[in-house]
Amino acid sequence: MILQSPWFILFAAGLLVVYYLVPGKHQWKVLLAGSVCAYFQVEGARVGFLLTTFLTTLVCGRKIEQARERGERAGGWLAACLGLNLALLLGCKGSLLLPLGISYYTLQALGYVIDVYRGTEKAEKDPGKLALFLCYFPQLIQGPVSRASQLRAPLTEPHAYDGKQVSFGLQRMLWGYFKKLVIADRVAPAVEILTRDQAGGGSFALLAVLYALRIYGDFTGGIDIVLGLSQAFGIGLPENFRQPFFSGSVAEYWRRWHMSLGAWMREYVFFPVSVSKPVRRLGKAARRRLGAFGKRLPVYIATILTWLATGLWHGLTLNFLLWGMLNCLLILIGEELAPLFRGLKGKRWYTGCSILGTWLIMDLIRVCDLFPDPRDYFRGLKSLLTGPWGQIPDLGLSSLDWGILALGCVVMTGVSLVQSRWGSVRELLWKRETLRFWILFALLLAVLLLGCYGVGYEASNFIYNQF
Amino acid sequence: MKKLRAFFCAVVILGLLQALLVPKYTGNVREGNLIREYYDNAGGNDVIFIGDCEVYENFSPITLWQEYGIPSYIRGSPQQTVWQSYYLLEETLRYETPKVVVFNVFALKYDTVESTGDQSRREAYNRITLDGMRWSGSKWGAIQASLTQEERQWGGALTYVFPILRYHDRWSELTWKDVRYLFKRETVSDCGYLMQTGVEPMTDPFPSPPLTKRTLGDNSWRYLDKMVQLCRDKGVQLVLVKSPGLYPAWWPEWDQQVADYARERELLYINMIPAQEEIGIDWSTDTYDAGLHLNVSGAEKAASWFGRILRDQCGLPDRRSDPQVCARWEEKTARYEARKGLLLEQGDS
Repeated sequence: MILQSPWFILFAAGLLVVYYLVPGKHQWKVLLAGSVCAYFQVEGARVGFLLTTFLTTLVCGRKIEQARERGERAGGWLAACLGLNLALLLGCKGSLLLPLGISYYTLQALGYVIDVYRGTEKAEKDPGKLALFLCYFPQLIQGPVSRASQLRAPLTEPHAYDGKQVSFGLQRMLWGYFKKLVIADRVAPAVEILTRDQAGGGSFALLAVLYALRIYGDFTGGIDIVLGLSQAFGIGLPENFRQPFFSGSVAEYWRRWHMSLGAWMREYVFFPVSVSKPVRRLGKAARRRLGAFGKRLPVYIATILTWLATGLWHGLTLNFLLWGMLNCLLILIGEELAPLFRGLKGKRWYTGCSILGTWLIMDLIRVCDLFPDPRDYFRGLKSLLTGPWGQIPDLGLSSLDWGILALGCVVMTGVSLVQSRWGSVRELLWKRETLRFWILFALLLAVLLLGCYGVGYEASNFIYNQF
Repeated sequence: MKKLRAFFCAVVILGLLQALLVPKYTGNVREGNLIREYYDNAGGNDVIFIGDCEVYENFSPITLWQEYGIPSYIRGSPQQTVWQSYYLLEETLRYETPKVVVFNVFALKYDTVESTGDQSRREAYNRITLDGMRWSGSKWGAIQASLTQEERQWGGALTYVFPILRYHDRWSELTWKDVRYLFKRETVSDCGYLMQTGVEPMTDPFPSPPLTKRTLGDNSWRYLDKMVQLCRDKGVQLVLVKSPGLYPAWWPEWDQQVADYARERELLYINMIPAQEEIGIDWSTDTYDAGLHLNVSGAEKAASWFGRILRDQCGLPDRRSDPQVCARWEEKTARYEARKGLLLEQGDS
């Protein structure tokens, strides 16, 4: 059951009706039943992986809390839980046998156990509630990665029917389907052709731009569907994007793109590493010997390890490792060079150039995803200097397709601009009932008529479903 | 009230768009209209033919009327499978109770959806048969039995309930005919018979692929059993027929199995292939596609021969003495002759 299949929509609609029909205290059970059904339908044969994570998280969480209450050390339970689940995750990624959602529920499970260990979260007594936290079905497919403090309460609290929230949620889902089906899936075959082509030069540059468009539509669209459906259930999930293509630096980009993963990595990798004893000791020594640069060394080490983990989370292949390290390198260079440009901040031309430059850099880094052999990627980068520029293969897109893509980009950029300047578009339109109705109807028609779905189309799964 | 009006407008727009986008089958694939045309002709038929192109192109109901006074209708569609035939029969028997149902057994060679070959073509054939059916339990059953794997993945039966989900991207190929036939299609058949007037003689015999499946499949037999039961329940005589044709091959092994099946259940089974000479089919003049199907001349000969069996072995009466039936069929005959004249004229020019 993929997010864009009519069955998913019917299933979600049915669940929504039941959810608001049952008494509030039982709503979470409806979500749990729905999540378990959805998981079995898609991944019944490999449910053992999720079950193992669930059981280890349940047992270790309780044991850690009991040990803490008795004033005993609980590091062993924490290490066992982290070790086993990380081994499972890495093992699956290494063997390419990736059960649905493992990358997401593993991070959530680990975050929960660490929080219990730190004492910032109570261990869950009810196995059902913990199971729901791990396998909540909309989120399981491609995130966002939520922390226990963000999700446990909203999932299990009663939610009275709120027409505005349900309406907002459905509107957001529609917007997500527009980005996924009209934009991302339209450009997907062209991206595949260009990836296979490997002619370099113009072909590589076009690939970088089109892939950026595809992954933007695909990932942000998917997240809009997930967040929209959750909003309809009355559950606020953490935002995952904040107009990432308006970023003026790579570091800023990563504060706006896949924010939930960034937040998880900051909380559970970056901070623990940077304040760990060996790194602090190293920092002190480095400060004595290297001065200001040495002072920043702990941060650099933590940044490198964080990006290593982020790269590995995406895949146990060289290209993802390279992708992580390239991001890390550019962030560190950006931080080092930042003082040089401080005087230019606020100037319009500088802001414009920064945004454009960041967008181009991120396009070129991101395309690394598509080349399992980094040598092909470097060949592509090199060809940007050497060409050829005229050898673009037939991408199978008609002029009408290009027109739809261009119009789609204009609409998405327009919405992002409005959001960054005036806030939620849905909120702005809420009072203008008639206008809102016809805008949404136009959006529905666009999805229905221009969307790439149905018989005759290759079912294009969400990219972040594969991580 | 304002909300309700806007909602109503939106539903109307969606309905119009759906009507605009569904194919009208006005070009070469006129077969897409065959199934839906039945509803204007339902009732009063003594014989109903059920099956694939071997019935809707190889038998002329007008000839049956002209020569024997037997009112009949063909519920045929391209590559109609036995499970579709069953549900079409079930539906037809709700509209009328004929004396005889003639089922062309060629479809028994397809045992499952996958065994029908190219699945995207199968989906197109499904559409041609199923989209034309009116909504009923029979249509739902036919859909469920017919879905290809890809159709199941993309919403399955839902896309039959809302065909806009299937034809959403047809906007790029719309023509003025889609507007012209938005609400009313032109009639393409004569009592379900799709007339072909061209002549393309059979020169070289088609090479037949080797027989890979000697026994007809369980699923086919299961649906044939259901057809037999349905006819028994309604008191209708079921006649099995293998329509004349040279290709694709109807193997003696299959023929024997059908003959045995018919004998065990006391059904009449007529294989018209060995009788082609007696029927008078001339493969240099009576086929429009080099021996695959008959043209109008061949279909009239086949109907003329088969009508005698219906009269003599099934005991069907001559209805030409009934003025009401006669008036209706005279009209149909006139339309048939006019169509034939027009098509022959177009062919000549």
